[in-house]
Amino acid sequence: MIRLEKRAQPSQFWTFATPFLAVIMTMIVGGIMFAALGSDPFEAIRTIFWDPLFSEQFAAYSRPQLLVKAGPLILIAIGLSLGFKAGIWNIGAEGQYIIGAICGAGMGLAFYPSESFVIFPLMILAGALGGWAWAMIPAVLKVRFGTNEILVSLMLVYVAENLLASVSSGLLKNPDGMGFPGSRNLQQYPAAANLEIFQSTGMHWGVLSAFIAVIFAYALLSRHMFGFQIRLAGEAPRAARFAGVRPSRIVFLCLGIAGALAGMAGMFEVAGPAGQITIDFNSGYGFTAIIVAFLGRLHPIGILFAGLLMALTYIGGELASLMLGIPSAAIQLFQGMLLFFLLATDVFINFRIRFSKREVV
Amino acid sequence: MTQPLLRLTGLTKAYPGVVANSDVSFNINAGEVHALLGENGAGKSTLVKMIYGLVKPDTGSMALNDAPFAPPAPSAARQSGVAMVFQHFSLFEALNVAENIALGMENAPKQRDLAAKIKEVSHQYGLPLDPYMRVGDLSAGERQRVEIIRCLLQNPKLLIMDEPTSVLTPQEVEILFKTLRQLKSEGTAILYISHKLEEIRSLCDTATILRLGKKVATCTPADTSAKELAEMMVGETLHVPERAAGDFGDVLLNVQNLSLPAPSEFGTALKDVNFEVRAGEILGIGGVAGNGQDELLGALSGEVSSKNAVGLRGRDISKLGPQQRRALGVLAAPEERLGHAAVPDMSLTENALLSAAVRKDMMRSGFLHWGKAKDYAQEVIEAFDVRTPGPANAARSLSGGNLQKFVIGREVLQDPDVLIVNQPTWGVDAAAAAAIRQSLMDLAAKGAALIVISQDLDELMEISDHFAALNEGRLSAIRPVQGLSVEEIGLMMGGVHSGVEGAA
Repeated sequence: MIRLEKRAQPSQFWTFATPFLAVIMTMIVGGIMFAALGSDPFEAIRTIFWDPLFSEQFAAYSRPQLLVKAGPLILIAIGLSLGFKAGIWNIGAEGQYIIGAICGAGMGLAFYPSESFVIFPLMILAGALGGWAWAMIPAVLKVRFGTNEILVSLMLVYVAENLLASVSSGLLKNPDGMGFPGSRNLQQYPAAANLEIFQSTGMHWGVLSAFIAVIFAYALLSRHMFGFQIRLAGEAPRAARFAGVRPSRIVFLCLGIAGALAGMAGMFEVAGPAGQITIDFNSGYGFTAIIVAFLGRLHPIGILFAGLLMALTYIGGELASLMLGIPSAAIQLFQGMLLFFLLATDVFINFRIRFSKREVV
Repeated sequence: MTQPLLRLTGLTKAYPGVVANSDVSFNINAGEVHALLGENGAGKSTLVKMIYGLVKPDTGSMALNDAPFAPPAPSAARQSGVAMVFQHFSLFEALNVAENIALGMENAPKQRDLAAKIKEVSHQYGLPLDPYMRVGDLSAGERQRVEIIRCLLQNPKLLIMDEPTSVLTPQEVEILFKTLRQLKSEGTAILYISHKLEEIRSLCDTATILRLGKKVATCTPADTSAKELAEMMVGETLHVPERAAGDFGDVLLNVQNLSLPAPSEFGTALKDVNFEVRAGEILGIGGVAGNGQDELLGALSGEVSSKNAVGLRGRDISKLGPQQRRALGVLAAPEERLGHAAVPDMSLTENALLSAAVRKDMMRSGFLHWGKAKDYAQEVIEAFDVRTPGPANAARSLSGGNLQKFVIGREVLQDPDVLIVNQPTWGVDAAAAAAIRQSLMDLAAKGAALIVISQDLDELMEISDHFAALNEGRLSAIRPVQGLSVEEIGLMMGGVHSGVEGAA
């Protein structure tokens, strides 16, 4: 008989080991799934995890893509993790990302065709403010009326998507675009473009911001009173109040930071890799970042690695569907498994497994 | 009665790092009230959990009516006739009494039949209870009756009671004892866990004393003095607190016309509370649980702000938050250790930071000084004899008594001008309780003003200078402790809750 026995203390070992265990279990079960779909599981796993980085044929293209994809994921996940630690469930980062992109692009396009150097910094600011404002809607409603931030932030994603569709064929439509929906391409507008800092590394300003966010979040959580208060609010709300934490302040700050970072991520994306506002500009970074945040144990350094890993499965997944014809739904399932196994193995942190024979009465 | 009802032989149970029970053997006879005495961590809980089927012994055996007894789960124990009333109730506040009782039954009868049965049993045993009352509206004593009646409906042969009187008024204790004596006369055995020695001497036929997991003695409490019992339990002579009667200084904290709405549907509204505490004075506030104790502590600590009601040295502080009040010297220690006074999954270092950041200078423009927090946690651990491997351990890994010592020590060592504590020795063994009380009295002797909220009247009588009681959010008149009788206190506590017979 297998029993779970509660540990006196959370296990340090398993806190670090579960992400690795989850990745291995995902590979095994995912491999079985790929085999069932008629592909060679070993080849599929290799295509996803190995080829993007080391195959001679693809690495030159896909290695920079790793940072391009990981950047926004990490930036958004860092913001989300602060809220998740405090028990504030912002599920609407995707919406904040879209609004940040619209505001950032709008700011840049408003100056077109000026070549002033202040344009790019102003766009960053506009993107952050846009995402912040969008996140303030669930924050205000929660503090003022006690609404559920999960529902409100999630629903606002769909509102944001409709706004995106509207501006890409209206307000921000390219006047020289011959009637096609979509804004001007910001990559062809040097003052507003989010260019690579080092050539063909994928390292653009958004990736740099993500790394800076990791460092800031780490310092905040481990060394600063506000980070301590966030953890208090999440772990024991009454004790937090006893320690002088005002719950509404935590709600505003956590949602605000998450919104601002998601907005910045959107802005960097639209000014860089995406280049323009289009109807289908958003590609789910805001939702995937939730997985990244948890995969990284809500820890800044963990999120850094989780973001890179998740980006790898994205690129490798695309490669796998291209080369091996694995349907993209199967790739998504594969990514979902990662979160599933991570949550399942989490139980080892607080419990130990005991195998015992059923005693004869 | 030659054959014992329950025979425990050589029970041993070890957890990683600690032996909870070591070779414990004793017998419980039918119709006997058997006391189980011991300090916190002596292994009482583990022992009764084994009897109730929650924990399996490593070695040793039990026999019920001479048949081997090894319940794999509480349901099996209940089927064999063993019932248990826990210290912390497992009741749903939003459901009524009958619904709560039905939830614990394997084959619950119809509501109406069950209600009739509850009425019958409650009448039979002198425990008045309305089956249709919502549990959220009941006092702690009445909730306990729900638990007792839940047990009695199974016609138990052995009833285990874990510190049943800790939440009761003196009148309610009398009612409970009458019920227990009646059960005893009907042949039911009762295993009675308590810290209160006088209680055990008046109620119990036999007492088994545990210390550090081992049985020290089995004796007849009526023939043994409370002092002897305590000495067997503690293994050292009891430290009885003493304090020099001193003059009080200036008024430090004053509360006038403090009224606050109930924080939730099951909370209590504070109604026009007035009092003041002077330097060097200890004000004891008694009352049955749930009469506004938590709410009063919240209003004084700063967790809840009020309007022009709380003053420190004449300055209005009712709008200030907990950290600002701490900076001014007003500290508090809430009742609920896990989740309110301390965060279960955080280390003692982090928990030290929780309330001591301001006064112990652990923060520089928002940045934390973990070294100082760790040193302070270590200081508290040493000064208050908190038994733990070190400050890196999580709060939840400590036993209740040790965590309580840590929580009280954390506040006391910050040298507060005003300290408000709620239930400072709840669930703490006699030696530790004495140490905590002594530290509170030392603090007052140094010139701090203390407000001690407690349900333990003996404790309040022992340490306070003045006494008042909370009843439904109202504070009674404040009286000097000298010359107060238990009857007077009972009346101050109100006792007008529904169904308490014999109260004025």
